[in-house]
Amino acid sequence: MQTQHTFLPFLPALTLLALLGPVVGGLYGTLLPAFGHLPAAGLSGPSLDPFRGLLAWPGFLPSVRLSMVTGIGAAFLSLSVVALILAGWSGTRAFRWVERLLSPLLSVPHAAAAFGLAFLIAPSGWVVRLFSPWLTGWERPPDVLILQDPLGLSLIAGLVVKEVPFLLLMSISAMGQVGGAKQLAVAQSLGYGRVAGWLAVVFPAIYVRIRLPVLVVLAWSMSVVDVAVILGPSTPSTLSVQIVRWMSDPDLTFRLQAAAAALVQLGLVIVALLVWTAAEWSLVQLSKRYFHMGRRHARDRVLRGVGAGLAGTVSLALILGLLGLVLWSFAGFWSFPDLLPQQFTLRSWQRHSAGSFDALTETALIAGCVVTLGIVLTLGCLEAEERHNLRLTSKGMWLLYLPLLVPQTAFIPGLQTLLLNFGLETGRGAVILAHLVFVLPYLRLSLQDPWMQWDRRQAVSSAALGASPRRIFWRVRLPMLLAPILTAIAVGVAVSVGQYLPTLLIGGGRVETLTTEAVALASGGDRRAIGVFGLLQTAAALLPFAIALVVPAVIWRNRKGLRHG
Amino acid sequence: MADQSKLGLRLEGLEICHGDRRLVALNHEIAPGEVLTLMGPSGVGKSTLLSAVIGTLSPEFRLLGEIFLNGQIITNLPPHQRNVGILFQETLLFPHMSVGANLAFGLASGGTRAERRERVNLALAKVGLEGFADRDPATLSGGQRARVALMRTLLAKPQALLLDEPFSGLDAALRTKIRKLVFEQARAQNLPVLMVTHDGEDAAAAGGEVITLGG
Repeated sequence: MQTQHTFLPFLPALTLLALLGPVVGGLYGTLLPAFGHLPAAGLSGPSLDPFRGLLAWPGFLPSVRLSMVTGIGAAFLSLSVVALILAGWSGTRAFRWVERLLSPLLSVPHAAAAFGLAFLIAPSGWVVRLFSPWLTGWERPPDVLILQDPLGLSLIAGLVVKEVPFLLLMSISAMGQVGGAKQLAVAQSLGYGRVAGWLAVVFPAIYVRIRLPVLVVLAWSMSVVDVAVILGPSTPSTLSVQIVRWMSDPDLTFRLQAAAAALVQLGLVIVALLVWTAAEWSLVQLSKRYFHMGRRHARDRVLRGVGAGLAGTVSLALILGLLGLVLWSFAGFWSFPDLLPQQFTLRSWQRHSAGSFDALTETALIAGCVVTLGIVLTLGCLEAEERHNLRLTSKGMWLLYLPLLVPQTAFIPGLQTLLLNFGLETGRGAVILAHLVFVLPYLRLSLQDPWMQWDRRQAVSSAALGASPRRIFWRVRLPMLLAPILTAIAVGVAVSVGQYLPTLLIGGGRVETLTTEAVALASGGDRRAIGVFGLLQTAAALLPFAIALVVPAVIWRNRKGLRHG
Repeated sequence: MADQSKLGLRLEGLEICHGDRRLVALNHEIAPGEVLTLMGPSGVGKSTLLSAVIGTLSPEFRLLGEIFLNGQIITNLPPHQRNVGILFQETLLFPHMSVGANLAFGLASGGTRAERRERVNLALAKVGLEGFADRDPATLSGGQRARVALMRTLLAKPQALLLDEPFSGLDAALRTKIRKLVFEQARAQNLPVLMVTHDGEDAAAAGGEVITLGG
């Protein structure tokens, strides 16, 4: 027997535990205080008081409505934009540009993207400056509520800007799998316009493959905290933001109300998922009846133009937003309505050098540990499944997506309560395990396809040369998969860097990363400081992607066969 | 009306280049009801030529020359305005639609819901597939799928038909039958046909001119 492999069969179980343990534990930890049981505060249940308190809070219904509308609205808009872009432009020369921009844009952390957008659309932001005073007549920033508007429109915009690149990337990979280009050619040769043909023929096949990511986007939009703190309204805020506020209240009894709200949040997401599924079903029925009539919609120039416009707007919002962060971080005096600061200075960077260095170190330390653990577990799982002939079924896929479907605000507060109840430390170690829950799915999703596409005959011929499975793994498969593994690591780092809620709550407020620091600055409105932290946050997420591009290109510079992956 | 002598599919000084490399050059005219067969090893650009004619040439290729269909230049028209039908080896029936819905999708618009259903059923009956309208395309045999794909293409009333190795997936006996059906239908509708194939028998059965590319 090969004793060195005996740990391998345990890895899938261990991974499952790391993935689902905190979710289940956290939900349990939410359930108890929601029904009045919180020994740490000297309370024992069961009682319905937390729910009574929640319902008595005057902001309850408005915040529920806000969460539903912004969440479903953002998910629906994002999916529509993605469909329109692909329907009008997939496979064209212009689209290649979009594809190239996609991965870096995707890795921009939520908070940085939200701040960037805020700097663009605020009353004193670039958009207003561009048209002032020559068009608007404004000599000073207008007194209108654009950011944090009560309808949540700027929040929806911020969510859409982040979700479009994600769904686009997922759809492009799905399109390759279903042979979408050829199907579209058939529909076009039958006389259908690009947009109508794509929607009728390619979209249904793609949607089946991106359905889980779409549902993740839906759940995420409804319950996200950092973006909602930056762009969402505050009186009332979304339910998730309110949960976090109650969780940080020094009065421990507010945790009961927070737990009750967390259960309501979970319920809202479940309701939204059901509503979404019903809408899917009706749309299928409607489209069946519609396409039976054979209308060709040959003139779709306007729709294609709209698609191009939306793609441009989303990428510009992200790119100009980041540029805004850069300018503010180096800005000296910058008066309205000047497009650029009067002078550039390093003062903001110097002022925040100590604080930002500590936060950067903490961020890197946590991301490093999380991704190391995560990649060992993920590769271990893939290899174990390979050797024991296991396959990730569609049920397994749901398990993988579960931590992304259950709203963070539904189980992270409970996880904190649970840790407190057991007298366990909140802090860096716990934060690392909490991040792992969200990093593991993305590691697996990034590695799944490259791992499966690897030519198994390489293993067969290596084995025929007398190589052990262990030797094949280390000497053949890993080196050949270097590029996708580094990309997965970069994705994992970006996910860890962007985590706000788990860092804040599981860190007990004592773990200060670039993200928690940046979001904490939101209420103060110090744009220069936000610029510094937002940029560092973006850099921390982007740098690993650059490394993932450069390292394989250098190591395999004389190996043409390994340059495409 | 177009001049009788101009009817058919004409490829005038057609060249497809990839960078500096010329992949295909062709100067040919296919009269209505006739078949032009292109043969040659794979990778020689046969399918690329077909994608140029239907208008889905990938942007990394460059196209020179003109394509005329019934006297009209279609070289720069978007694919859906060309009236050129195509059949692929992988029949590419849309998997989320029933057989009938696939045909209704091809059928030119117009008519009531019931009339359209009737015409779909007629088309199915024409190729011996009565009562197949509600079937899932995935449950059909290769020959049945080929017949449905053919009818879907013809219901859209194309003015030319392209065949991209459409018989390669079929076994020998079926192949002869389907081939005969396709050519009969194309001739009946007086369509110029451009076929790409590996198989000498296909070329022989087509009865038209054969051009060998590359090699």
